[in-house]
Amino acid sequence: MSELPGDLRYTNEHEWLRQEEDGTVTIGITDHAQSALGDLVYVELPEVGQEVESGGEMAVVESVKAASDVYGPISGEVVAVNEALADDPEKINADAYGDGWIVRMKPSGDDSETMDPDAYQVFLDELEE
Amino acid sequence: MPFIPHTDDEVEAMLGAIGAKKIDDLFDEIPRELLIKDLDGVPDALSEQEVTRMMRTRAARDRGARCFIGAGAYEHHIPAVVWDITTRGEFYSAYTPYQAEASQGTLQTIYEFQTMVTSLTGLDVSNASLYDGASALAEAALMAVRANRKSKSRRILLAAGVNQLYQKVATAIAGSQGLTFERLPLDVETGGSNLDALNDQDEPPVAVVIQQPSFLGVYEQVDAITDWAHANGALVIAIVNPTSLAVLKAPGKWGEAGADIACGEGQPLGVPLSSGGPYFGIMTCKEKIVRQMPGRIVGRTTDLDGNPGFTLTLQAREQHIRRSKATSNICTNQGLMVTAATIYMSLLGYEGLSRVAHTSQQQTEKLLGLLTAIDGVERVFSAPHFHEAVVRLDRPVGPVLESLAAQDILGGFDLSKAYPELGNALLICATETKIDDDLEAYAAALRDTMSATA
Repeated sequence: MSELPGDLRYTNEHEWLRQEEDGTVTIGITDHAQSALGDLVYVELPEVGQEVESGGEMAVVESVKAASDVYGPISGEVVAVNEALADDPEKINADAYGDGWIVRMKPSGDDSETMDPDAYQVFLDELEE
Repeated sequence: MPFIPHTDDEVEAMLGAIGAKKIDDLFDEIPRELLIKDLDGVPDALSEQEVTRMMRTRAARDRGARCFIGAGAYEHHIPAVVWDITTRGEFYSAYTPYQAEASQGTLQTIYEFQTMVTSLTGLDVSNASLYDGASALAEAALMAVRANRKSKSRRILLAAGVNQLYQKVATAIAGSQGLTFERLPLDVETGGSNLDALNDQDEPPVAVVIQQPSFLGVYEQVDAITDWAHANGALVIAIVNPTSLAVLKAPGKWGEAGADIACGEGQPLGVPLSSGGPYFGIMTCKEKIVRQMPGRIVGRTTDLDGNPGFTLTLQAREQHIRRSKATSNICTNQGLMVTAATIYMSLLGYEGLSRVAHTSQQQTEKLLGLLTAIDGVERVFSAPHFHEAVVRLDRPVGPVLESLAAQDILGGFDLSKAYPELGNALLICATETKIDDDLEAYAAALRDTMSATA
């Protein structure tokens, strides 16, 4: 199991969030999520400008064996999407917390229920049991 | 032995568990007035021998009439070998088998079919077929909405020559998901769509559908309509007759960017006219929207030993994986019809298919000449046509068709209900199955009919 970056927040839907200096939030799926899905073959990205609600569908990640929704961990407006995933979805497998980011959002309110790395690690450990 | 998997006791126990008294209670939600109590007009059961005798007697009444009706289903010569091979035990299943990869031959056949259909339509990917042309349009419309996320519209704009039955079916299937279908007005001079109406669109549609050749047989201005659609942020859906694609520009080449989706009725490719079916739908699209394509897709791959093999692919879009979020509830294909079509296309090749197309077009042109030489019969449209054309009579079409039928000639499709603005209009069709004798017989019968009842 790989190390969880300490500067990120996590959700029980296995997404990570990074607060950027300009007020936006970068979002991706965790290393645990990518490893459970297996080799990704396709990522369906939202449109820039689209409003996403917390808990609503934001993107779809598809592997050879499954397609899973990625739910918005916070409400807000999509200000950027990782276009590189269109041609190279395996970036998520290779670097889930870096090159494999999925969207950047401008939050519309503080409605996120997220965990710090330690809490997420406990959550993962409980899943293992 | 009855083929019923549950005993009375088991049924009783299950009803008890859910608190229902009898099986009929499970259907309570169906309004009473819709329930049929007696099957009026259904006769008593007959033995096999009696049924065979009855069917033979009725079949003899058909007397082999000469058919000049097209209107969406077309009589073509089908080489005997097509159905001889199709009905061999190895192929004779309408279903993609479960554990599909265990049936490499079936998958290879579908893969070859997909290759041929993408080649005909000039697009990148084909699915393994749909139920028929009309439901293929419904699926194409739903697919266009999924693929064109930039558009907020749910309005699908149809060219004037889209088969009206297709519109009805598409509305029945896709209407409940909020899609609406509107039609461009018909240019009664040319027979194509009136393109001036494109300037009157308040809000661009999500997709534009062009049937080429149109239901009325003529060629639409596909390049202009395609470019208009793309310039206005709409996707383009082509409805095609596969036979015509041997001689016409492929949808993938329409306008600057090509149609995005092509669909249509596959019946002309080796499937006989048979009281409306079974037929099969075709669908192809550009690669960039393949994940929105409904239905099965067979892909080519290599096995562990490096040998080529075939496999169902992109299944993550389908119901057994994505459940209610699947791209479509289509989870099968018309395997047997596709097998026949694949054999038909491989026997004819491009050259054979284009000969069928050319000969059909020529015979229709000839028939049009013979019929319009008769007093009271005139050509209606100025635009060039494929293997169907519209003539107008100086009297109602129905009785004329009845008179022709009495002479064993099925004279065409009466357009007066579907296109009242055209008057007493009749859609005629001659394929390569109609030799000059047939055309002359039709003309002679029509001449007699028109002079006898004038």
